[in-house]
Amino acid sequence: MLLTVSTTHRPATDLGHLLHKHPDRSQRFEVTGGVAHVMYPEASEERCTAALLLDVDPVELARGRRGQGPEGFVLGQYVNDLPYAASSLLAVALGKVFGSALRGRCGARPELVETPIPLEIHIPALPCRGGPELVRNLFLPLGWSVWAISVPLDPAFPDWGDSRYLDVRLTGSARLADALSQLYVLLPVLDDAKHYWVSEDEVAKLVRAGGRWLNTHPERELITSRYLAHQRRFASAALARLAELDGRPAEEVVEDVVEDATEVAADSAPVGHDAADQRVPSLAEQRCAAILSELRSAGAARVVDMGCGEGRLLRELLAERSFTEIVGVDVAPRALRTAAARLRLDQMAERQRERIRLLHGSLTYADSRLAGFDALVLAEVIEHVDPPRLPALAQAVFGAARPTTVVVTTPNVEYNVRWPSLPAGDTRHPDHRFEWSRTEFADWAETVSAEYGYTARILPVGPVDAELGAPTQLAVFTRKGANPA
Amino acid sequence: MKLAIPELSLVALVGPSGSGKSTFAHRHFAPTQVLSSDVFRAMVADDENDQSATAEAFDALYHVAGKRLRAGRLTVVDATHVQREDRAKVVALAREHDVLPVAIVFDLPRSVCATRNENHRALPDHVLRRQRDALRRSLRHLHKEGFRKVHVLSTVDEVESVELQYEKAYNDKRELTGPFDVIGDVHGCRAELENLLGRLGYRLDRDDSGRPVGAAHPDGRTAVFVGDLVDRGPDTPGVLRLVMGMVAAGTALCVAGNHENKLVRALDGRKVTVSHGLAESLAQLSGESPDFRASARDFMYSLVSHYRLDGGDLVVAHAGLKEDYHGRASARVRSFCLYGETTGETDEYGLPVRHPWAREYRGAAAVVYGHTPVLEPTWLNNTICLDTGCVFGGSLTALRWPERDLVSVPAEQVHYQPVRPLAVEAGRSDDSQERPDDLLRIQDVLGTRTLETRLLGRLKVLEENAAGALEVMSRFAIDPRWLVYLPPTMAPSATTEEEGLLEHPAEAFQYYRAERVSQVLCEEKHMGSRAVVVLCRDGEVARRRFGIADGTTGAVHTRTGRAFFNDQERTERLLARLRGAVDEAGLWAELGTDWLVLDAELLPWSAKAGDLLRQYASVGAAARAALPTAVSVLEKVAGRGIDVGELLGRQRRRLSHVDAFTAAYGGYCWPVDDLKGVVLAPFQILAGEGACYADQDHLWHLERIDRLVAADPELLRTTRRFLVNVDDPESAAAGVAWWTELTERGGEGMVVKPLSGVAQGALQPGIKCRGREYLRIIYGPDYTEPANLARLRQRNLGRKRSLALREHALGWEALHRFVEGEPLWRVHEVVFAVLALESEPIDPRL
Repeated sequence: MLLTVSTTHRPATDLGHLLHKHPDRSQRFEVTGGVAHVMYPEASEERCTAALLLDVDPVELARGRRGQGPEGFVLGQYVNDLPYAASSLLAVALGKVFGSALRGRCGARPELVETPIPLEIHIPALPCRGGPELVRNLFLPLGWSVWAISVPLDPAFPDWGDSRYLDVRLTGSARLADALSQLYVLLPVLDDAKHYWVSEDEVAKLVRAGGRWLNTHPERELITSRYLAHQRRFASAALARLAELDGRPAEEVVEDVVEDATEVAADSAPVGHDAADQRVPSLAEQRCAAILSELRSAGAARVVDMGCGEGRLLRELLAERSFTEIVGVDVAPRALRTAAARLRLDQMAERQRERIRLLHGSLTYADSRLAGFDALVLAEVIEHVDPPRLPALAQAVFGAARPTTVVVTTPNVEYNVRWPSLPAGDTRHPDHRFEWSRTEFADWAETVSAEYGYTARILPVGPVDAELGAPTQLAVFTRKGANPA
Repeated sequence: MKLAIPELSLVALVGPSGSGKSTFAHRHFAPTQVLSSDVFRAMVADDENDQSATAEAFDALYHVAGKRLRAGRLTVVDATHVQREDRAKVVALAREHDVLPVAIVFDLPRSVCATRNENHRALPDHVLRRQRDALRRSLRHLHKEGFRKVHVLSTVDEVESVELQYEKAYNDKRELTGPFDVIGDVHGCRAELENLLGRLGYRLDRDDSGRPVGAAHPDGRTAVFVGDLVDRGPDTPGVLRLVMGMVAAGTALCVAGNHENKLVRALDGRKVTVSHGLAESLAQLSGESPDFRASARDFMYSLVSHYRLDGGDLVVAHAGLKEDYHGRASARVRSFCLYGETTGETDEYGLPVRHPWAREYRGAAAVVYGHTPVLEPTWLNNTICLDTGCVFGGSLTALRWPERDLVSVPAEQVHYQPVRPLAVEAGRSDDSQERPDDLLRIQDVLGTRTLETRLLGRLKVLEENAAGALEVMSRFAIDPRWLVYLPPTMAPSATTEEEGLLEHPAEAFQYYRAERVSQVLCEEKHMGSRAVVVLCRDGEVARRRFGIADGTTGAVHTRTGRAFFNDQERTERLLARLRGAVDEAGLWAELGTDWLVLDAELLPWSAKAGDLLRQYASVGAAARAALPTAVSVLEKVAGRGIDVGELLGRQRRRLSHVDAFTAAYGGYCWPVDDLKGVVLAPFQILAGEGACYADQDHLWHLERIDRLVAADPELLRTTRRFLVNVDDPESAAAGVAWWTELTERGGEGMVVKPLSGVAQGALQPGIKCRGREYLRIIYGPDYTEPANLARLRQRNLGRKRSLALREHALGWEALHRFVEGEPLWRVHEVVFAVLALESEPIDPRL
């Protein structure tokens, strides 16, 4: 991984003073992940270029970490772009090797530190999530001219398209310290995958490095949130501290209400036509309210939330005393851990804690632990099951668990055209195995009811479109012969 | 004095302090069978006399007693039990576990207790007196309280002379090994019963009037009647006469049916609703002598609820029996045996809804029953219903045990009109629904589990690994009825010291040489994605053998059980092509099967692994963008007379490594359009009807597959092979040369397998030996740098080998179970275990 910095300031070799590295020597520094080399391929009065080359030792790097590969690519920890791409490791090396220059210290040429000089920066393999456009959005506001082209994934397979790497050249006139600090912050932001653990002191680093230019940057929020690797709690802290540096009052720091990652943006955005004036509940909130209302009118006290995910509905159930026994079930142990943390089960008062249990389970296996409840909720769950497996789901829920009431919600596919952000034909979530029209849902409800001795009633959730219905459809199944509570 | 105690019972010792209970318990029972309140008081409070700890002590005591009874172990509670409420708890506990409560009472003279008390515990006199008074008041109520046996010991001599005699449960006939002929509901159909017994080979004895009064089998077989001999049909007395004769002669056993139960009540003059064919029985019996009526009544009254036979492998009960109740005795066990389990709800006809106990049955004993008419008896989770509705015009059916053959004779006529037609009646039963046995329970797969395999014995699956597999299985895998096998992982050869290499055939040959296997087959390793193909001859076979009735004729799935193609139609098109090849090669007839499971590799790699490939290509793209610039920078630095030679050399080598890396994966990619470009390379025929082909050597497999390839060379690809005798240096050298040539031309490598069949025990079933260039994809482009190789050679194969063996054993176990017709849950638990083991953390590069 490599970047070069050139200047045509005269004498150009002053670059060596600013960087604290002699132009006629090649120097090496031990840094995280390998060895950083600083050298000068050219060093004349007219033009001087410094190169920072990070020679990564991939075997050693792989030994020191675990499971860093992208999802589903376990070999990624051994076979990856770290030896080549200008990732956050290069930024770390830059911070270490050019630390004094970054802080704007130069005993030999103090006046030069404060002087904008003509600079050209070349990064031949810059990983970038967002393409050349993002590079322009980030560097143009800082006064740079930007030249960036995409590198093809594999010339032998042109239909595979472009890779996420760009060959980037920045030219402009700037203080060297500013240029370096911008690279230090923006390399990891462009890459959007930090290669080391994000911790609280990253906030301090960001504030220190970006203090001079970050606060007025139009992409300030994207930069902060990506730099801090999407950890919103840290990001808020950083924004607040930047605001303080600027002498403005800190904005209210919002607690970590990170939306459920398994829902599309459309789902959590307010719906309705007067969204501009007042806060309209999001579709997810409306769905929650509809489910609760059905559970209440069924008189359910003991409730199973099947596919509880990270516990959004569980929180609402806990808030109502009438639900005396609440069981959240999910197939993903990770989701259950998150739910337990979000509900703060470990700090919950004993009386409250006794009302709720989280169980690891599955929709396609019969589970005697779930038998005999008043109600079972399948909120936005069935569409994550392959259609051939739906009979097994019906058997597990209506045949084996057999609660008095079953509440099912699922998207109404007809409504999808009302979301301009959703490309035609796409499902609302990549994992949706199907999305049903109102007729398809009604057919399924009828078949299941007949097979297992239930009656079904279907109602819309969310704003009803005269032609297309509501975005969400909800079915309430009631077991025949059951005495209502 | 002899005291009779049922083998499985909960014994309460009853008597005041100092009456000698603990001494008695110590003498007659094993220490672990006796739960003493004193001991538990000490356990929870450090003081056996701390009365304030009594409640907690008993709580713990009953808990432990419950665990013992659940496991079917005789348990003795050593406490005073002079208070009625204390005894009530013992009776309740016994009932909860369906065992018999027994009381042994120590009603000894007061003086005896007093003396012992002074020596031992020194309780105040009034306490002793109160205990004794309470006991005396209780004595005559013990039976009524629910104790099935009450033994009272009144003198020291009696206590001293006690000898325990264990009684077997009435239902315990495990010592009888048959062979048996279990016969379904007869309902007064004497003629059909005579006919069936004749078909089964019994010889009938007849009385002077020609009425059958007994039957015996020349081979000493025993008939077992599942109950409901009576009602509805034309000759209930005739059936009773025959069966009573057989039971008396020891040629038959009979369990109680609900109709016998009700008929007895009617004969005893109790008030019963005369319906469901009871009127016919009463009318027919009224024509018999009072003596016959009395003996018939006594016979029916004496019938036990169920029998355990043949070492416990066979259980017969009228309406079936769940595992917890096998060998148990209680009112609810009897009720289950007579009527089955109801949910408490009623259906739209007002009839009770039955709980489908057989779908949830997981026991090792086969349960044979009747009670519910079915059109055709079918095994479901090791249970079978033999009531084929003879009286309604169906047939009378017997099951030969242990042969498991069904024998049936048709009804001579419709003797009794069913409320609904028999087909509907049968359709209503719990066990004949379209897909009877697809109920998988979460308990079948979750938690720490131990599985019995025929190759490696007992294998343990840890709870955390099972939990990891549940998500994959639930969210991504295909219908479990298609998943009869998941392929195991395979260990690589030991690491070689050959220059520039990590793996080399010599190490694989050496492994088998050391294991005393000389003939090995080297098979080309295709570089695509592992695919298991389940192929049925048609949709009917899929329905009958796999229980899939949606018209699909098979499945193509990955090593984690995902469908290979998202589009089922595309899968069907592939299956149709393959079916054509099997037709043409004549394999259906040759192997005597109408379905096959094949282990294969599906190519190209890019067909399934598109996303993965982008990750690889991405590495190449970054390198091609960065390295030429780095080389050019370094060349300029060098041109200025600064020494960067070593660094420059390394960047140049990196560039050439990346080209080799890109070429390595590029060779495994080509475009596909539907089936065009798709290549299937089967390398093993795993199973077909009645057989796992595990015992056949690998050439047997490849020869048959070659015939498939010849039939459709466009879709199918042969697996090149090379036979090596590892004990012959020349042959081994030829093997190495074969591998070298294969891998130099871009091949992934080869798998070395013992030629003869599937490996047993701890022998690796195969050792992979991957090519130098292929390993760049696995270990990174620069792995061949000497400094890198030196470090990479320190890899540990132990866990990988262990995993490979265990997964291999589980994979074959699943196939064997499926071939042998075991229930879905038994196949699935093993398939699931393969996936669970895959979540064990192991270096993915091996």
